[in-house]
Amino acid sequence: MASKRVAICAVAQHKNESDMWYKRFQGMLLDVLEDIQAQTGVDFSEEKGVTNIVSCSDDVFDARTISDNAVTDVLGAQYRGEEKIAQEGLNGVGYAMSIILSGYDDLVYLAGHCKESQPESRDMSTNLGYDPFYGRALGLDFTNVAGLQARAYMEKSGLTEEHLAKIVVRARQWAARNPYANATELVEPGEVMASPMLCDPIRRLHAYPVSDGAVAMLLVSEDRAEELTDNPIWITGFANCMDSYFLGDRDLAGNFALRKAAERAYRRAGIKDPKKSIDLVEVMDSYAYQQPMWMEGLGLCEEGKGGRFIDEDGPARYNVNLSGGMLAGNPIMVGGLYRVAEAVLQLKGEAGEHQVSDVNRAVAHSTTGGAGQFHTVVVLER
Amino acid sequence: MAQHKKNRNVGIIGIGQTEYSSHKEHQNQAEMVNEAVRYALEDANLTMDDIDCVVHGNMELFEMVYQPDMWHEIGSGAYGKDEFRVTTGGTTGSSLVCAADNLVASGMYDIVLAIGLEKLQEGHTTGGITNMACPLWFRHIQTGALTGTTASAMIDEFGEERAKKAAMKYRILMDKNACLNPRAHRRFGLDYDQADDLMNTSPQLVGELRLIHMCSQSDGACVMIFASEEKAKELSDKPVWIRDHITVHREETFNIFGFKKPEMTHHYAARKLFERNGVKDPVEYFDVFEMYDPSAWWGPDWLREFLLLEGDEHIKMLEQGDFDIDGKMPVNPSGGVIATNPIGATAMLRPAEAALQVRGDAGKHQIKKEVRHALASGFGGTMWTVLIMLEKYLDW
Repeated sequence: MASKRVAICAVAQHKNESDMWYKRFQGMLLDVLEDIQAQTGVDFSEEKGVTNIVSCSDDVFDARTISDNAVTDVLGAQYRGEEKIAQEGLNGVGYAMSIILSGYDDLVYLAGHCKESQPESRDMSTNLGYDPFYGRALGLDFTNVAGLQARAYMEKSGLTEEHLAKIVVRARQWAARNPYANATELVEPGEVMASPMLCDPIRRLHAYPVSDGAVAMLLVSEDRAEELTDNPIWITGFANCMDSYFLGDRDLAGNFALRKAAERAYRRAGIKDPKKSIDLVEVMDSYAYQQPMWMEGLGLCEEGKGGRFIDEDGPARYNVNLSGGMLAGNPIMVGGLYRVAEAVLQLKGEAGEHQVSDVNRAVAHSTTGGAGQFHTVVVLER
Repeated sequence: MAQHKKNRNVGIIGIGQTEYSSHKEHQNQAEMVNEAVRYALEDANLTMDDIDCVVHGNMELFEMVYQPDMWHEIGSGAYGKDEFRVTTGGTTGSSLVCAADNLVASGMYDIVLAIGLEKLQEGHTTGGITNMACPLWFRHIQTGALTGTTASAMIDEFGEERAKKAAMKYRILMDKNACLNPRAHRRFGLDYDQADDLMNTSPQLVGELRLIHMCSQSDGACVMIFASEEKAKELSDKPVWIRDHITVHREETFNIFGFKKPEMTHHYAARKLFERNGVKDPVEYFDVFEMYDPSAWWGPDWLREFLLLEGDEHIKMLEQGDFDIDGKMPVNPSGGVIATNPIGATAMLRPAEAALQVRGDAGKHQIKKEVRHALASGFGGTMWTVLIMLEKYLDW
């Protein structure tokens, strides 16, 4: 019988750093693999071990073709099945879930890595995300399209420089309690508002720091969850959604793709009123303005009321990004994998210094592409 | 390996391919994707409204586009839909088929459209592959796709004359098949009486691996549509069923521990897949094999592995014409990878062409006898294998 439910039985995070020059990404992946094995005792035997692996990485950031070819051994994929999700890694959670729900396998090892320090600049990499005829020549990259979106969203939602500063200050406060976070130094609102302008209105401290990191987790069918953990966390909802490529074809201050993804994920999880049903949220806020904006898309903040949401301490009410979030530094390709790992730790009650109580249902979110072209939503329950 | 009964069966209900060529100056990547998507929707008699999820894959470093599915959205029809991007190198196309199979069988999506593509003209394939070398560890040299020493190994094993003849016979057979396939890229019109001449005059690439033996670099896209059993029966007169699939990878360094030849992933994958599906004799069981054959040396050598043959059985079968289009075990009636190789689509062309054979819709390269059981393979990375079993009837 194919499994009807899928659990995450263990997660492992590598500490994020801005330039992990002393360790190759293979070494980072080996560390998280050994962490998962130590937690669960899982092996790679043909009978009861892992025989299917989902990886997440990117050729452009790794500067080599078939980036998963460099990591076969540290994924445990020697003579095993391995498929690479070449998107932000949260989508790998959905794909790994399908491998189990289909009956194809009952155990999937999922691991992703990204070293943003490797290319000369991550903006040069994301510039290659634009078509070679128009967008690329204009110099579009994920930072400057986020600048366009930030301005449009701030106009719409009444979000001010003060609000953005408040978001960053809070992110650092939580990050200071998270042993895996990169940017953990506390900052004052004045420092944020005076930090150098990257891409108007985005200042340096509004943008996630360049980060290197890796995340792994083990997914398991309902039947076998008990073997590997006392504390399985169930994936009850998954969906993602694509918006238009051309910025001019989109409502840049809107949330078309995220609303749809959230709607579909909530439907699958049987959530009717997200405001009443969700205890904790990890959003991929690569830029400070995105935290309230994605909260709107997730249906947890009134449309166009992002500014008021920050005034009223909405992020505290929904336990948003207690890990520090992207603003504390995770690399782009696995930003969502860090979100899901942190949500799992909170649900398990293993988040240490940043643990909060009474978390029964959590949402993890990620985005791929420029200015939120693509969004992914995962619902997790204890 | 846990192998449960599939949660639900999955059928292939639509196939679309562009023509393949070395230059597609008239369209960009998104437009090329769009062309194949339209053909597949037309073939399935569906519109994009019917599609729940899109799966996309190619070799992003070859064209140097970061997350190309974001741009290709304008042609792929993914707007407003769920989407996944799966890439595994040369095996990408067949990994897309496995992914679509898993996504539909899981119950998460009823109808999935999968897109494999490549525009090699816009990139530098060999430059890209050479980049897999690592200056510090393991692999110090990588000669593009021209890897392996299969030609010299086959010459060692079967003697120079017999080995070279076998490779050239395989090459000419593939060209004869390609000439029957109007979409195939390289169609030279070779005949067997040219074998000796080609063996000696075609430029050498690596030892006895000559230009004529080597696969093409092509532009093109292939799209397949997959549906749950219920939807497939409702929407299609002749769905082709995916019975099972297996993926086997291996580390990038060959034989670091001595000279004992490790089991090839092809052999390992075939052994596992046939065992769990009760296939005792693959040559008897399968009616067609669409194999990812990057060169006319690898083609015959790999047939031995995939079909679990021993000694010189595969050479004998080749010499006897068993792999001909009207032979006992037809191989690549489409002309295979040597004729057509848009990399991210190449491994999808294998199950797509095998499914067309099962449907009886392959046109001039249709096998005459009924095709009920088909096998398709993908190859990539460092000897990575995907094997997919297709069936005409839901009777296993």
